[in-house]
Amino acid sequence: MSLTIEDISFTYETGTAMQVTALDHISAEIPDNQFIGLIGHTGSGKSTLVQMLNGLLKPTSGRILYKGADIHADNFDRKNLRAKVGLVFQYPEHQLFEADVISDVMFGPKNLGLSQEECQRRAHAALRSVGMDKKFYEKSPFDLSGGEKRRVAIAGVLAMHPEILILDEPTAGLDPRGRDEILGLISEMKNRMNMTIILVSHSMDDVAEYVDRIMVMNRSHLVYDDTPARVFTHYRELEEMGLSAPQVTYIMQYLKEQGLPVSTEIFTLEEAAAEILAHRRELHV
Amino acid sequence: MPGSLSSFYGHLKTQSIYCEMYDCFYLPVCREGEKTARKVFFYMISIQKLIHDYFRQDEDGNVAEKVRAVDGVDLEVHAGEFIVILGHNGCGKSTLAKHINALLYPTEGEVWVDGMNTAKEENIWDVRQKAGMIFQNPDNQIIAQVVEEDVGFGPENMGIPTEKIWERVEESLKTVGMYEFRKKSPGRLSGGQKQRVCIAGVMAMHPKCIIMDEPTAMLDPSGRREVVAAARDLNKKEGITIILITHYMEEAIDADRVFVMDHGKVVMQGTPREIFSRVEDMQELHLDVPQVTLLAHELRKNGVRIPAGILTKEELADALIKRGAEQKGRDRNVVTHH
Amino acid sequence: MFKSITLGQYYQTDSILHRLDPRVKLSATLLYIVALFVVNSFPGYLFAGIFLVCMIRLSHVPFSYMVRGMKAILFLLLLTMTFNLFLTPGEPLVQFWKLTITREGLSTAIMMAVRLSFLVIGSSLMTLTTTPTQLTDAMEAMMNPFKRIHMPVHEIAMMMSIALRFIPILMEETDKIMKAQMARGADFDSKNLMKKIQSMIPLLVPLFVSAFRRANDLAMAMEARCYRGGEGRTKMKPLVYQGRDRIAYVILFAFFAACIAFRATSHMVPFPLGALS
Repeated sequence: MSLTIEDISFTYETGTAMQVTALDHISAEIPDNQFIGLIGHTGSGKSTLVQMLNGLLKPTSGRILYKGADIHADNFDRKNLRAKVGLVFQYPEHQLFEADVISDVMFGPKNLGLSQEECQRRAHAALRSVGMDKKFYEKSPFDLSGGEKRRVAIAGVLAMHPEILILDEPTAGLDPRGRDEILGLISEMKNRMNMTIILVSHSMDDVAEYVDRIMVMNRSHLVYDDTPARVFTHYRELEEMGLSAPQVTYIMQYLKEQGLPVSTEIFTLEEAAAEILAHRRELHV
Repeated sequence: MPGSLSSFYGHLKTQSIYCEMYDCFYLPVCREGEKTARKVFFYMISIQKLIHDYFRQDEDGNVAEKVRAVDGVDLEVHAGEFIVILGHNGCGKSTLAKHINALLYPTEGEVWVDGMNTAKEENIWDVRQKAGMIFQNPDNQIIAQVVEEDVGFGPENMGIPTEKIWERVEESLKTVGMYEFRKKSPGRLSGGQKQRVCIAGVMAMHPKCIIMDEPTAMLDPSGRREVVAAARDLNKKEGITIILITHYMEEAIDADRVFVMDHGKVVMQGTPREIFSRVEDMQELHLDVPQVTLLAHELRKNGVRIPAGILTKEELADALIKRGAEQKGRDRNVVTHH
Repeated sequence: MFKSITLGQYYQTDSILHRLDPRVKLSATLLYIVALFVVNSFPGYLFAGIFLVCMIRLSHVPFSYMVRGMKAILFLLLLTMTFNLFLTPGEPLVQFWKLTITREGLSTAIMMAVRLSFLVIGSSLMTLTTTPTQLTDAMEAMMNPFKRIHMPVHEIAMMMSIALRFIPILMEETDKIMKAQMARGADFDSKNLMKKIQSMIPLLVPLFVSAFRRANDLAMAMEARCYRGGEGRTKMKPLVYQGRDRIAYVILFAFFAACIAFRATSHMVPFPLGALS
């Protein structure tokens, strides 16, 4: 177990009349090599939760343990934690600042005190991972397109060699092509490198296809923490929370209601097509 | 009722004459033997052979690079239509949009809004009043620290008397459903609420048409629904012409017409059904198609006999189950309608 | 979280002061500050103090809000008092080691403290009862005469109100950028001055880029809403003087006159209560 979230809570403006509870007694284990989807509406606490995981925010109660050690203990090296638990914020292209792409990606490793050669090696490897070749290295980050900037920002975090990579809404503001590119990239990274990936999102459609496990947050509580199949069976409760199951699930539900005896444990298009085709005989079309 | 409108206007188009002096189109009308000229603005928006080039300058101020963002677009919009312009980032849709309210001028070609040529300097403010615009980032459009003051910004600029400003502000806020928030600070609103305030701000100027440039790109799903519902309301209840620019296909399903852009050109146009049934073309353009349509397409590829252009799950169920039942009963081919 | 910070600390409630025209309140504050330097005797300060207390009561704002501003200047206050206490020449009162506290020192120190406190509380009173928007409107109205010397009054007022609107947004953005860079191992807590300055670059560059982008977007949005400068603009909330504003001006005038009177007669009050600088 890499990271253990032990009954943490977090409140803003603690003790005042304006106290707001962002997290309410959350517990979870984040193991190695898992692909996790963290879903919740705006204000559910998901962004606050991920900032807990790399020590940016300190819980008002409860503990976070990294390999057994309390990350807020006095002698804990939190800088190293930030390398191991990489966090890519929403619209990460807003953090780019260097004169050229390669320097910006090297910023992270430099902060870890690594040698110039090591920093460069890591930066090159990270940029290759996100599909950006040599011709981009000397360019100014501000001359790139939105999707390219985003990939540079992600490379900047990858260069720190994280064991757990958290991406907060990596597809925000991207068009369908950009979205497919980024999700494809993330999925490919997961397969190639030994990393746990936590994908924070609003959209079940994006997440259902890739993840092994879904954690659902609603109003500061962790309401579901299970495999996609089991989480989506609660589609009515999800709707009440302002979320939804994947589109195809609703289609299958509706078909079932209309008399076609199809399974509703379907979350991807391919599964849906296969399921309907399997019942072809009853359809006569 | 765009169907009847377009045939009516189509008829007018073949008969109209451009008048240089009044800078509009007019239609000679025969009435009991006498010929009278009557000004007719039969297109709300008329874009003719529009080309827009962006010039990038190098350090010495010389033109280093020319980028053609809009490459020969012809587009007409009738009053009261709900138009969606789809396209991936960089296809030129935003550039196109900014021509409609004279934020940009054509490099070549012409843009006419409500009978006014946008390239003429004396028309700018009238064009901008008639064609309002909403942008992508809700925060970067709100000027004031109180909702009602921001909605009043447009009328203030137009020199509307104080009394009338208050009437317009109240009216617009009620139209978008944000009247209870009028005294609130914009900083405390959600994304969807902020965009609705921006829409109210534009409505207070009494436009005939509103262009929305990716208004939902930065919003969460519920915010997106809010904004699109507000746009649809304005179109149906107030008769405002809406031009919605987006890359989310679910926002295009209820449009009257859809234009798809790629590399500065309009590559497809038609009703939503016509556009979305061309699944392979859409996919080649890296655009989304509704999941239902994709599913139906997959089934068709595997030989299932259902019509093309299915947009909703109800239509799919209808095609699969009910038609199937009919066929079972009658044992003959189903006639496909599209 | 930053959204909960109200700029200018406006306290929402209803009172006669809240309803006054902001121009009255702005002028009153300026005049009050001048008055604090006009009076120079204990009776004068007492009078100014009583006036302040009356205004506080009229504003219906809890006293605790008034003293919040004091926290900021506490250090300055103590410093001023200490200097005046020990360094003013005159009739010695108390002496320890080499430091002498004189009578003059004591009275000057107290008067300085009183002046500073009243100044801060008086200004707080204004910002607590006037929204930032009203303040910029008042400043614009009062700067109007300067239009004749081609001062871009409207533009300045527009800039001030846009700045006020965007300060919370930029503060939030700073927070986000800081966190994003910290997630990449950046250290903003360094004690080393050089390091501290260097650590600002990853914060300031993105912030500036973002600010420029916002400015560009905002300019487009303003133009799209027919903004063309101050010419021909009307106001949704024009400032119009009411009866109560005129009465307020009269009271203000009377107060100031009384302050002058106090100064004129201060030599008649026996030391140490009178004729202090």
